[in-house]
Amino acid sequence: MAAVSPPAHYDCVIVGGGHNGLVCAATLARGGRSVLVLEAAAQVGGAAVTREFAPGFRVSAGAHLLHLMPATLLRELNLESHGLEWAAQDMTTVALVPDGAPLNLAPEESRRGLSPADAEAYAAFTARMRRFAAALAPMFSRPPPRLGTTAWADRLALLRLGWQIRKLGRRDMRELLRIGGMNVYDLLEENFESSALKGALGLDAVLGANFGPRSPGTVLTLLYRMAAESAAGDSGLSQPKGGLGAFCDALAKAATTAGATIRVGAPVASIRVEGDRAVGVVLDSGESIGAHSVVSSADPKTTFLRLLGPRHLDTGFVRRVNHIRCRGLAAKLHLALNRAPTFSGVGEAGLCGRLLVAPSLQHIEHAYNHAKYGEFSAAPVMEITVPTANDPSLAPAGQHVLSAIVQYAPYALKEGWQNGRQRCLEAALDQLERYAPGLRAGIIAAELLTPADMEQEFGMTGGHWHHGELAFDQFLMVRPVPGAAQYRTPLDGLFLCGAGSHPGGGVMGIAGRNAAQEVLKVSPN
Amino acid sequence: MAETVAPHFKQPLLKTPFHDRARALSQVDSFIPWAGYTTVDVFTTVEQEYFAIRNATTLYDLTPMVKYRVAGPEALPYLNRLVTRDVAKLKPDRVAYCVWCNDAGHLIDDGTIFRLGAGEYRICTAERQIDWLLDSAIGFDVEISEVTEQIAALAVQGPTSCAVLKALGLQGIEKLKPFEIGNFALGSHRLTVSRTGFTGDLGYELWMEPAAAESIWDGLMVAGYSRGIRAIGSQALNVARIEAGFLLPNVDFVSAEHTIRTGRDRSPLELGLGWLVDWGKGHFTGRRALHNEMIQGPRRHLVGLDIAGNKPAHNALLYTDDSGKREIGHVTSAIWSPTCKRNIALAMVDAPHFQIGSTVWAEIYLNRELVWERRMSRAQVVERPFFAPDRRRATPPADF
Repeated sequence: MAAVSPPAHYDCVIVGGGHNGLVCAATLARGGRSVLVLEAAAQVGGAAVTREFAPGFRVSAGAHLLHLMPATLLRELNLESHGLEWAAQDMTTVALVPDGAPLNLAPEESRRGLSPADAEAYAAFTARMRRFAAALAPMFSRPPPRLGTTAWADRLALLRLGWQIRKLGRRDMRELLRIGGMNVYDLLEENFESSALKGALGLDAVLGANFGPRSPGTVLTLLYRMAAESAAGDSGLSQPKGGLGAFCDALAKAATTAGATIRVGAPVASIRVEGDRAVGVVLDSGESIGAHSVVSSADPKTTFLRLLGPRHLDTGFVRRVNHIRCRGLAAKLHLALNRAPTFSGVGEAGLCGRLLVAPSLQHIEHAYNHAKYGEFSAAPVMEITVPTANDPSLAPAGQHVLSAIVQYAPYALKEGWQNGRQRCLEAALDQLERYAPGLRAGIIAAELLTPADMEQEFGMTGGHWHHGELAFDQFLMVRPVPGAAQYRTPLDGLFLCGAGSHPGGGVMGIAGRNAAQEVLKVSPN
Repeated sequence: MAETVAPHFKQPLLKTPFHDRARALSQVDSFIPWAGYTTVDVFTTVEQEYFAIRNATTLYDLTPMVKYRVAGPEALPYLNRLVTRDVAKLKPDRVAYCVWCNDAGHLIDDGTIFRLGAGEYRICTAERQIDWLLDSAIGFDVEISEVTEQIAALAVQGPTSCAVLKALGLQGIEKLKPFEIGNFALGSHRLTVSRTGFTGDLGYELWMEPAAAESIWDGLMVAGYSRGIRAIGSQALNVARIEAGFLLPNVDFVSAEHTIRTGRDRSPLELGLGWLVDWGKGHFTGRRALHNEMIQGPRRHLVGLDIAGNKPAHNALLYTDDSGKREIGHVTSAIWSPTCKRNIALAMVDAPHFQIGSTVWAEIYLNRELVWERRMSRAQVVERPFFAPDRRRATPPADF
């Protein structure tokens, strides 16, 4: 974006202009470093991008909601002065019920449709889970401790986490330890009677993950999501005006205002190594750019195996990277509609919120069963938004856009996506039609992004949003792998700042900021 | 392996192509398992076999040695990332002794790399480790396959070995230099010979297809008859290798992939194999860890010991003085050396006691007619190898 010819050497070169790369760039630039961001696509944002998918219709092509970005980070980067506007904040969650009245889950005062017992249990459950989440939240903003060292900083970090949990008090601590390793299916069965409520809560535990509600560790993934929300200040679901892309444009502006340079359409081909240290990058065009620190927001497999290459790394490390589980299971559905969709029992206010198709835990589990065997779900579960309900600018006047996460659609579809794409789309549309009769008739255009497409479009290995499964064995000090879990890598001068690092994916930005702070420690000013 | 018709679980140990010949010569029926094969530990007596190594010619069946073929356009960069030595310096038809490490710079195994042709190498090693080799191949255009069963191997070692091979009909064998590979035709068989071995003496290793094994064994026995040829087992070889100062996996070190306890892994620097580490060739697995270790200096070192008395210090603990209060290491291999007439051992000794000339004390236990006696014997840290005759390098070797 800078017109002056840029210097060929920077303090920091950032590979990838997704939200984490941009947060990292802004933080580094504010720390006084010369920063260059290199983005392969024609616009910044990565998988948090707004683009046209049918003439006149625009949509957040990857992530479509914002709920994990810490309020402190938004303030720190002063995004609102850089053009960030909200189309909707504190959005409702509505659990759609087949042939029945939907449940309205949030915000609390307007909760509707729950039985008295469920209403009471829900309040208690949410309060308890929020307490747990709040205990876990502080670990998000720091690099995770290293295991197996004798360094005091590492021991202290582990002690701090232990203390946070101990501080919950005896009853809560016991409960946290009891449920920590459970699956979310059992936990929800213990607490609630409504299938739709259990389905809706269960979906949040497995959204974007290679899990069904009965998979071990899914309580932890739900807690993790809630802890991230807690770390973000529990500000609820929100939709930026102009989609997630506009949000990233504001991030980019914050970065450039702080002095960073951003180049789009500049795919990085490789990371340059000299004297056992990263010294810059080479672009696809052959152009070479020097840097004291190379910070990659690309996923770990791309960074280590493709951009750096195994020959600069040890075998054991490469083996661990190779084993990172990152096969996406979530597809993205975009519909251009000639009129507002009407979901049975959902009013105008509900349409402005988040609509969940997850009628029961059994239904989700069954949908997941298909994916285990390389098939897409015949009756998928979904997280639906109608962005135009909050932000008419995304479509021609009077017309609408529907954006849905469709689960499950495995990256490695047995029959191949060439063969399966159309039928997967049909399955999703059939499922929608069940909850929004007449929806099909209003479709002007439809786009289904499979995990394979997302890998192609966003450069994420396996098309996995989180750059690697968020699961017990890929959390914290083992995210993405031991030896690179503190944003530094085995190669001096090379850092990770993407969703593959702690605390992981979702449009959170914390990985980018944590990484920047590590870089600032070693990067000369 | 003509007779392995029975399912493998009924015959867990394979027989080498030389098995029938070995069985016929075995006088004490002493067989041991080695890498999935049954092999001879002792044919007659260890002494008889050992002295044949140092005075005549010996045959030792090393077919169970695990062999991997490494081939492809990136075989060289692959190997250079795998091992600590610079394989780029290995010329065609040459062999190099190498070690490879894990990320922590700890030894996984040692072995030899044969450069057989353009982009084609063979790794010979004691332990199976296809998983490590394949994981190391991630990102390299290289093909790796185990060829152990496809190649029969026989070590022909001893001062008269060159003469025996000449008598067998290998013309020009005397020109083969140490660590060189030669290809020969013998009747209808092709034979690859490398001037390598595990005895520290003049010697060769013969590599052939299994079908040729018995006829080559028979030919050698005829050609070597007047030069004292004798088949040997692993025990005699073990005496020779200790004299030569060579390391044996699982005796002098345990593969870092197999250790369970912390502190049991060994780095090449600790094992005295620092000369195998090439710091200038670029990255290899374990380099960063080894570099740190080099800067800090090794905490322990494998050394040679010359021990007072004539009682081998098997498994002895080592101390700073004869009070036996401060332990500073342990013996890994020990023998009475028949050729050196010295009581020698290989031992792991803590810093700073591993300097040449240091004195340590070995706690030796002796079983004398079922009664255990304990000796504290003074030992000196000495140079290795203990025995290194000029004939092992001489080209051409002396004729007999």
